[in-house]
Amino acid sequence: MNAALSQTPPAAVGTAIELRSVTKVFQTGTAGSVTALDEVSLAIRDNEFFTLLGPSGCGKTTLLRLIAGFEQVTRGDILLFGDDVAGLPPHKRPINTVFQHYALFPHMTVAENVAFGLRMLRRNKAEIRRTVETMLTLVKMPDLGERKSSQLSGGQQQRVALARALANHPRVLLLDEPLSALDLKLRQEMRLELKTLQRETGITFIFVTHDQEEALTMSDRIAVLQAGRIQQVGTPDAIYEHPANPFVANFMGETNLLSAVLGTVERDMIRCQLEGGAEVLARPVGTKAAGCRVTLSLRPERIVLTADPGSGLAGRITDCLYRGTDTSYRVKLERGPELQVYEQNVADHSHGMSVGDSVRALIAPGAARILVG
Amino acid sequence: MMAGPRTFDLKRYPGFGFIAAVCLGLLYLPLFVLVFFSFNERRSVSNWSEFSLDWYAKALANDAIRQAATNSFLVATVATISATILATAAALATTRVPRFRGLTGCYAVINSPLMVPEIVTAVALLSFLSLIGLELGVGNVMIAHTVFCLPFAYLPIRARLHGMDTALEQAAADLYADPVQTFRHVTLPMLMPGIVAGAALAFVISLDDFIITQMVASAGATTLPVYIYSQVRMGVTPEVNAVSSMLLGVSIVIVSLAVLLRKKETT
Ligand SMILES: Nc1ncnc2c1ncn2[C@@H]1O[C@H](COP(=O)(O)OP(=O)(O)OP(=O)(O)O)[C@@H](O)[C@H]1O
Ligand SMILES: [Mg+2]
Repeated sequence: MNAALSQTPPAAVGTAIELRSVTKVFQTGTAGSVTALDEVSLAIRDNEFFTLLGPSGCGKTTLLRLIAGFEQVTRGDILLFGDDVAGLPPHKRPINTVFQHYALFPHMTVAENVAFGLRMLRRNKAEIRRTVETMLTLVKMPDLGERKSSQLSGGQQQRVALARALANHPRVLLLDEPLSALDLKLRQEMRLELKTLQRETGITFIFVTHDQEEALTMSDRIAVLQAGRIQQVGTPDAIYEHPANPFVANFMGETNLLSAVLGTVERDMIRCQLEGGAEVLARPVGTKAAGCRVTLSLRPERIVLTADPGSGLAGRITDCLYRGTDTSYRVKLERGPELQVYEQNVADHSHGMSVGDSVRALIAPGAARILVG
Repeated sequence: MMAGPRTFDLKRYPGFGFIAAVCLGLLYLPLFVLVFFSFNERRSVSNWSEFSLDWYAKALANDAIRQAATNSFLVATVATISATILATAAALATTRVPRFRGLTGCYAVINSPLMVPEIVTAVALLSFLSLIGLELGVGNVMIAHTVFCLPFAYLPIRARLHGMDTALEQAAADLYADPVQTFRHVTLPMLMPGIVAGAALAFVISLDDFIITQMVASAGATTLPVYIYSQVRMGVTPEVNAVSSMLLGVSIVIVSLAVLLRKKETT
């Protein structure tokens, strides 16, 4: 291990956790195996709210379990503040976890649950009592300390799990879909609270979710995972606005994926010809040159519909769905594919458009993104 | 016809009450008769005269009975404690390790005393203990009882451990508890209902054992069941009934205590 340590280059300053080509293979039965993580490399900064986002079964929990020490990597290294943690058992890592199903100790009271970590660290009684009080106040349950943890609602259990993990002032907090068991209202409230808490405590949060809205609203940075591989790492707006590949574009909200052929460059834009002949302007990417086949991502909210025949691409509305804050249309372009379009309902019957109407779709230069992957 | 499949109720079938009464009668009538005649004033276990506690007084004053009772409780206590500790260790070893080849074999080995005819275990223990020349008197009985009580203690403990989420133990490890602390503060308290059930079962089984004790016990190491048997051969007296009733009473109390304790643990 020491030899391996001296070979690994030092981690960048301010890096809380670094994963280097981490691969995890589970043996299932005698012959079968599942690759839960495939060559995952990541650097999570200190004080960062970092989100792992991906569909069910993509390896999110496995990644957390490797960091917490419940599983061992098959290949690769995990560095915690610059030190290789291979072989370090979970109870020796300065990391705490809020488990997917909370895992509160049912035979203990709420206060005993919150005190558990500090008791194991042999802190003195007065300090433990004070911290437990502070923590329970922090999660807005100051009077429930004497309850058995089995007598709590889902939301309360979630708060206790959070208080129990935070009481130890870990340097890194792992949160495995902690909000998934809550109803919508409470979930939205907890999102804000978690975000505030993270900012105030300065603890590095690694937050797992499969909810893209949750990821977008809370995170400093997001890593999108699929089938054990990292698809893209970046800030919420970078991931939403500039998805690296069709999977990310599709997973992060709705999008129109359009195949196109690149044309000539015009100032800082490149012409993209859709199937059918209609053209849109996108920002050129890398080495892609004229004649290349590419996939474009065009967000439905970036398209504006108008009845004015003087501009935009001609089309006809084939479907119209009122959704409260906006209306969802499907528009078949005369010289192109069918598009999904969202129009904000800013005024009463803002557009007054219905199925069968001829419209023009305005697509601003650069609204469509060329996907590289 | 009279009860559709959706409102199936066994109690409404003709003859249900009768069969149930016969079964319960077969189970409890002999016990009732035994206890009943232990209060008989006369020296008869079939002709009732009047109520008296004389036979209980006599039994309690009988040195041989007191010796046998002491032996029984000593043996049962020691066997229960050692069997429960071993069973807990075995249950941990068979549920808290990654699956390995031969795990099923382990279950079979641990539980085999349940399958092997008791007389075979008895003879085997007798010849083995004499082969190695172990002559500890009551100690021999304790060793023998530990052996056959082990699977009875093991089964409820394993069942409890098997149904227990390892997430709790991982949560403890996540909160800086080393393996010993995790066991002490999380696994053991959670496991307690299973341990209590296993211990109660082991205690009652040990208290009640006859065949193995009969084989292994030397003179002076006699337990209550063996004593009762030796007395019955000379004819059943209300004194035997009284001793048997007390043994029955102790068993019932222990099992009830275990049930009560478990109720308290789970709420
Ligand atoms: N102990 C294990 N043995 C075998 N396969 C496993 C084990 N744990 C996880 N896997 C497999 O690894 C893959 C990733 O699982 P993981 O639990 O990390 O998914 P996840 O992203 O957390 O999913 P979810 O959103 O449903 O919680 C899955 O295919 C899963 O079946
Ligand atoms: Mg998961």
